Amino acid sequence: MNAGPAAAAEPVRHHRGKILVVDDDSSLAEMLTIVLRNEGFEPRVCSSGDRAMAVVREFKPDVVLLDLMLPGKDGVDVCREIRHESGVPIIMLTAKSDTVDIVVGLESGADDYVVKPFKPKELVARLRARLRKFEESAPEALEIGDLVIDVAGHTVKRDNEPLSLTPLEFDLLVCLARKPWQVFTREVLLEQVWGYRHAADTRLVNVHVQRLRSKVEIDPENPQIVMTVRGVGYKAGDPVGTR
Amino acid sequence: MSPFARLAPGLRSAGYLAAAPVRQVAGMWRRSIQARVVIGTVVLSTILTLLAGWILLRQVTTGLLESKELTSIAQARSGAVTAQAKLDGAELTDQFAIGPLLKGLVETLAPRDAAREDFSVVIVGPLAPAQPDAAATGGSRSSGDIVPEASIPASLMQKVTSEPGTWWVFTRVVFGDGALDPVPGIAVGSQISVTGTGQRYGLFYVYPLSEQQQSLFVVRGALITTGALLVVLLGVVAWLVTRQVVTPVRLARRIAERLAAGRLEERMHVRGEDDIARLGISFNQMAGSLQRQIRQLEELSRVQQRFVSDVSHELRTPLTTVRMAADVLHDSRLDFDPATARSAELLQAELDRFEGLLTDLLEISRFDAGAAVLDLSRVDLGAVARRVVGDNRALAELRGSTITVITPPTASPQGAPSCTAEVDIRRIERIVRNLVVNAIEYGAGGDIEVRVAGSDDAVALSVRDHGIGLKPGEETLVFNRFWRADPARARTRGGTGLGLSIAVEDTALHAGTLDAWGEPGQGSVFRLTLPKRAGDRPGRSPLPLIPAERLPMPVGAPYARYPHDHRRGGA
Repeated sequence: MNAGPAAAAEPVRHHRGKILVVDDDSSLAEMLTIVLRNEGFEPRVCSSGDRAMAVVREFKPDVVLLDLMLPGKDGVDVCREIRHESGVPIIMLTAKSDTVDIVVGLESGADDYVVKPFKPKELVARLRARLRKFEESAPEALEIGDLVIDVAGHTVKRDNEPLSLTPLEFDLLVCLARKPWQVFTREVLLEQVWGYRHAADTRLVNVHVQRLRSKVEIDPENPQIVMTVRGVGYKAGDPVGTR
Repeated sequence: MSPFARLAPGLRSAGYLAAAPVRQVAGMWRRSIQARVVIGTVVLSTILTLLAGWILLRQVTTGLLESKELTSIAQARSGAVTAQAKLDGAELTDQFAIGPLLKGLVETLAPRDAAREDFSVVIVGPLAPAQPDAAATGGSRSSGDIVPEASIPASLMQKVTSEPGTWWVFTRVVFGDGALDPVPGIAVGSQISVTGTGQRYGLFYVYPLSEQQQSLFVVRGALITTGALLVVLLGVVAWLVTRQVVTPVRLARRIAERLAAGRLEERMHVRGEDDIARLGISFNQMAGSLQRQIRQLEELSRVQQRFVSDVSHELRTPLTTVRMAADVLHDSRLDFDPATARSAELLQAELDRFEGLLTDLLEISRFDAGAAVLDLSRVDLGAVARRVVGDNRALAELRGSTITVITPPTASPQGAPSCTAEVDIRRIERIVRNLVVNAIEYGAGGDIEVRVAGSDDAVALSVRDHGIGLKPGEETLVFNRFWRADPARARTRGGTGLGLSIAVEDTALHAGTLDAWGEPGQGSVFRLTLPKRAGDRPGRSPLPLIPAERLPMPVGAPYARYPHDHRRGGA
């Protein structure tokens, strides 16, 4: 979608979402601001990791764009800090495409990553995928294992005790729960949850399934909610309650 | 060195027939210094002991016999003198009185105490010079129970018959009653004559040497026992001594093996200050210096990797900004005047190239640093080929080429070997993309065929184009970094010049092979062969390198060479 002239887009902005850019490179940050504003987002820049948490609390962004290499507090630490308080979607900006760096970033709580140098359209596509949940909210209740999901209310409960999931983990769980008969390959999950058109990095799926299991499974070593189908992918566990 | 060294191969070839123990011993001889020293010592000391024993036995025998000979001859001589004197003094009335006289003589000369002096006296005669044979003479009279005819050798009889005097010879004494086995003995003979008749008789003393033989048996037994004991003891000593040397050597070998396996902190225990201890000290110094140098290299490699990683970050951040700025300009190029608009387009295109170059350079430096690792999964090569070809169909159509993917029938009842292998999909896709894009770029608008096939232990993919082809010798050059087929036209082509180099590195990481064939004007073939299971070596490639229609050349075509022969050793 092409954004119109800046003045005409003014009222739309809040619907498109607030983006916090945490990056110490002022040129890149400014360029990101220009591109994001052109696309109709409301960007804010924070140039140091130490202040990032404070800005998150005050600005309440819909998505955080986080550079992994920051002066002062490291991007990975900032990521953990934010995840500690909030489930806000975090997209890492990284210059390193090595396996280790990306896995460390994802394990610290990032939902997705973009490797520099990226094309603006690529970044916007990733942002849109993270903001998609604002566009869909039909009332719907799902069961997976011994969990009950209220899709519209965005809550997951076990024995009426709510579990705290990030939006991405929630999306992943809902995606599996909606078609309990289907085995999802990693590629399909990448497309449905992350919004990748064609197969990308399946490590994203692996890391997030691990994180999700650590939150929803009673025994993560012996998963009952997110089942692994060897050599294929994942599927939802059978509902337990017959209510 | 020793005759055994030359014997060993013979032993080995004989081992096909001989039982396993022979081979075992031969193997031990080849492998163990200790066994060689012990066996050598035992063999040599056996030879020496046998030699010494033989000499000793000879000397003892000589010593024992010499005295017996002397006393025997002296006794026989004096006996002969006595007998002659008795005959001379006797008055022979008639010819027949000689019989009792001789009988009496024998009795006189015979030993009085048979237990102390063990010999027999025999008088044979009368002697006939023409027939010097005991049996042919006029009979014999003897003391003791020996058989005179058998115990007195013919040679002695002849000597005594023909010449006067005393003669002696070794013989075998045969006893009359057959209760005793024949024993070695000495026979001494003298001629005596009867004065009146002039008849001559032979007086023989026969000494059985049973006592001496007994002594020799005892000595020989003692020698054998001592010799055997000596050989065994020498073997044990050799074993103990060599163990002192071999044990530290074996220890050093074990430590060296551990060092070679990468446990660089292993060292030898050093005790004392002998040669072995000095070997240990030198060994440890060598290990220490190796460890230091390896650590240094590792450190350098780490620094290099770190540097590449930092440079990558430092380059990528400004590149991202430039890229986004160019994108913004590119999006609004319709508002610019034609020159500025074209500039924006060029900027965009060159940024793509720059980005590709940066990515490829980083990938190559990662290979050079040995930091590349495989992320394995089971992948169908046919699916990869179809996907890559699908992605590049637009580019192919732009160049006027048609790409066909030829895969073996999947649902064949005989179960044709699958094209699924354990590979890193990202790398394999990159290789295939490189080969396909290359074929499109250099295919001169001709048709392109991508073939996929599998065998029991390998999968292969080949890309055939009908473009400008390769000149002789270029089959290996194409894999060189920044190599271009035609320098004059190089700039008009896309690509970074690193694509095939990266493909070769990716293939090497999978322990596969990537090779090329080409003829000028006939197009080229690039063939990728990968093992089905990670870590195996691929056997024969399931696909031919040279297309069938270009095969008048014999197998082993002069230009088909394997690029992996020219690569660095480590990946």
